Amino acid sequence: MTARVDPVAAWRRRSARRALVLAAALAALVALMLADLATGPSGMPLHEVLHALGAGPGGADRAAATILFQIRLPQALMGVIVGACLGLAGLLMQTMLANPLASPYTLGFSAAAGFGASLSILGAGGAAFGLPLWLLTPLSAFLATLAATGLVATLAHLKGHRPEIMVLSGIAVLFLFQSLQSLVQFLSSPEVLQQIVFWLFGSLLKANWTSVGVSGAILLACLPWITRDVWALTALRMGEANAETLGLNLTALRRRTFLLTAALTAAAVSFTGTIGFVGLIAPHIARAMVGEDHRFALPAAALTGALILMAASVLGKLISPGAALPVGIVTALAGVPMLIVVLWRYEES
Amino acid sequence: MSVLSLTCPALHRGPNQILPALALDFAPGGMIGVTGPNGSGKSTLLRAIAGLGPETVGLRQNGQPLAREAVSLLPQNFTIRSSLSVLDCVLLGQRKRLGLRVPPALITEARALLDGLGLADLADRPMNRLSGGQQQRVLIAQRLFAKPRLLLLDEPTSALDLHHQLAALSLLQTHARRSGTVVIAALHDLTLAARFCDRLLVLGDGRICADGPAEDALAPATVEACWNIRPEYLKDRDNRLVVIPHLPA
Repeated sequence: MTARVDPVAAWRRRSARRALVLAAALAALVALMLADLATGPSGMPLHEVLHALGAGPGGADRAAATILFQIRLPQALMGVIVGACLGLAGLLMQTMLANPLASPYTLGFSAAAGFGASLSILGAGGAAFGLPLWLLTPLSAFLATLAATGLVATLAHLKGHRPEIMVLSGIAVLFLFQSLQSLVQFLSSPEVLQQIVFWLFGSLLKANWTSVGVSGAILLACLPWITRDVWALTALRMGEANAETLGLNLTALRRRTFLLTAALTAAAVSFTGTIGFVGLIAPHIARAMVGEDHRFALPAAALTGALILMAASVLGKLISPGAALPVGIVTALAGVPMLIVVLWRYEES
Repeated sequence: MSVLSLTCPALHRGPNQILPALALDFAPGGMIGVTGPNGSGKSTLLRAIAGLGPETVGLRQNGQPLAREAVSLLPQNFTIRSSLSVLDCVLLGQRKRLGLRVPPALITEARALLDGLGLADLADRPMNRLSGGQQQRVLIAQRLFAKPRLLLLDEPTSALDLHHQLAALSLLQTHARRSGTVVIAALHDLTLAARFCDRLLVLGDGRICADGPAEDALAPATVEACWNIRPEYLKDRDNRLVVIPHLPA
């Protein structure tokens, strides 16, 4: 005979366990951010970082304040924002497409951003529309991402917002923008080509307070919309047939989720370039940590994405102290074995 | 609760009409079986009534149109690969009442429903660790938790063993009578349909071939014409119809 369990108490215990996991991930993220702030070509141990943080941007130690507030802090915050955007976008994409191998880049957004950035570097010479290149490139990348979003949305609208239609539309858009990107590279001089390739690496070195502000604002603007759909997304994990017959308007949900994914991906890649694997791996780790209830899985994916990017940033600086390895290279290298583990687990389950 | 009225335009699969326009009334608390050979339009009819087809189906009760939320459809057998728990799955039946914090009363109610269905031991089990039959029982629980006024089930016993087929249909019948919910279930087993349904709609040849109590709806001529079988009829110990199918000579 089984003992009678109070279902509400059991539910609360389970929720508390998941909240604890999120709190632990948040604590780990803070620790990694501090490690990131204390790592860099110009040195600065942790106690000096903490002292300079306490003193603020106008602190007496001008060198420390400049390094921290003009270089390292915006880069670290950008890493957190980009990681969170990619983690969230990855989970939204995998849930929306019911595909464990989907990522924010599946629908061609990243290729479009790369094309936009390449085009601005090729054509602008730093002076188009009176905008400096550091602003023109992300703006161009952002607009190109929106163009890709519009293309996929139009194709999906014409043939119905079914996952397979969206993936096929995304693949078509991906190839289109990859080809255009190659064309721009082919037309570029060696100097411009070098700049384009550096942009495509995906690096936090391009971060500044403007990029932190813009990307952070997009992330914050997306959060209420994502929160609104947590149960609808959870229901979608039970399968399309079940979700549809539970009264879910799948077309409207997919359209909203698609736009959110596009905005989050654009916010992430426009300023930093392509950073692979974070959006693919973070959702799997998040679900393994807290399950498929999206009230927990979404914050877990955001935290995991941020953790991966911060870890990659620290690792990149430790491997190459003189000139930090771009995080895009580190995540791509570390992502391959992680992807194999994910595939292995998926096959087993 | 008053009669539920349904008006449905002609249903098509591609260019072919599979059912003509229908106007049907259902008594509250009734258990209606929809039966017919493969391709006769059972699933299409249920999907259309649930508002999932291209056709606009009219549903009215008490003179008022029935909201889409008041209609729930359990589709034909499908596998769930999600690791959400059984309790989570049942709670999703009332998705619109769930917030970032789940009301404790809902948890208690969902758990009580699982207890009532003999699924209490599975409450914390991930859905993807259940057998097909267990999943089907949980999904029936999910639909009951949604408290619809019209519950549509497409072959709800297809993955169940004999015991659970009887238990599930008995539960649905009791639920319909107690709550006044109209239950419409697509069923292949004519004996089960005759035993548990107050009324049978027999579909075939692109129309409703028969509509009424089992004894009338499953008349030999209808069964022979619709399924191309030769039926043999018996009565069980409670004097209910048992249909034994034979291939035609």
